[in-house]
Amino acid sequence: MEVSEAAIRVLGSLLGARTGQQLAMSRSWRIHTVLQSLVRERGLGSLDRLVHAVAAGGEPELADAVVDALLNNETSFYRDRTSFEQLLGPALARLEEARARTRRLSIWSAGCSTGQEAYSLAMWFAERKSRWAGWTIEIVASDVSRAAVEQARGGLYSQFEVQRGLPVTQMMRWFEERPGANWQISDELRAMVRFEMRSLIDAPPAPGRFDIILCRNVLLYFAEPVRRTVFSRLAEAAAEDGVLMLGAGETVIGQTRAFVSDPDCRGLYLRHPEAMAPCRAAS
Amino acid sequence: MKSCLVVDDSKVIRKVARHILETLNFTVEEAGDGREALARCEEHMPDVVLLDWNMPVMGGMEFLRTLRQRDIEPQPKVVFCTTENDAAHIRAAIDAGADEYVMKPFDRETLESKLQIVGVA
Repeated sequence: MEVSEAAIRVLGSLLGARTGQQLAMSRSWRIHTVLQSLVRERGLGSLDRLVHAVAAGGEPELADAVVDALLNNETSFYRDRTSFEQLLGPALARLEEARARTRRLSIWSAGCSTGQEAYSLAMWFAERKSRWAGWTIEIVASDVSRAAVEQARGGLYSQFEVQRGLPVTQMMRWFEERPGANWQISDELRAMVRFEMRSLIDAPPAPGRFDIILCRNVLLYFAEPVRRTVFSRLAEAAAEDGVLMLGAGETVIGQTRAFVSDPDCRGLYLRHPEAMAPCRAAS
Repeated sequence: MKSCLVVDDSKVIRKVARHILETLNFTVEEAGDGREALARCEEHMPDVVLLDWNMPVMGGMEFLRTLRQRDIEPQPKVVFCTTENDAAHIRAAIDAGADEYVMKPFDRETLESKLQIVGVA
């Protein structure tokens, strides 16, 4: 079914205002599919009626649901394993040495979706307790989608979600089976991650000066000027020798001067030495 | 090119798995039950076996136990792929020597990630 240009404009402006993301005409094929269940659920009869209800502005909760539906929450545990191996291998070893005195590491999963990325990291540290004994490992994860953050906090995953990217031995160690083919992540891992609802165009979360920032497969949804702003936000949030990990197909080249390629770790980026000094994080 | 033996009594599942595996650059052999799978393994040992649980003639667990008892080096990786999706079945499969476990239904990304985990993709 065709989605009218007028409807796309209304939805695009809502998405842009809430998240900074753009809704290009080229993505219009997806709109009908993702909003159809919402149309049915609310008994609205047609996509046009849904768009009218959103445009009228009297139902903020409906607008929240539309934004959540339009966001792409695709993610999985240890997504792009090669990049994770680089991050948790040489890059982390370098940070471990650099932070040997403070014994503190801060990690931000920026655009965390339903939490699999943050929990992958939590799992990795939890399985190496003796190496990190005496360290404070702070994992903060944020996403603009209320529904995604709520699921992440709850740590309940469908059978389909739990097995994507996660070795079965880790699944059996860290998850418990629940009715309805769901799997519940352990309280130990849940306690290791702090989830926040936050847009990437807002101030970064506390504590700031993150040693590792993961921002994967999100930047592609921003128009160029917003993308530059987000890169600046990420640079502000990064420690001077902090590492940025992007999605497998993403790069900083031609996008920003705030980060440069990490010469030692393929696919990872370092804050540019001349990038702005870290700002205070949001409280 | 790595090879995969798909063992499932459902032609449809074998066809779906074959399609996914071929896009991942695997050569694919098929078997409809555990006994046929053992015969295939004697002719040519695959790098990985994608194995259903419930099948006529010989089921997945019996196939796995028989395979693991054989003096073969290296042993192929075995990935269960089944609708037996509860923790007890998963634990039993791991104890019997399965390397990974895919709960049906599955998609390309899930299967690819499991094949990467066992080191064949």
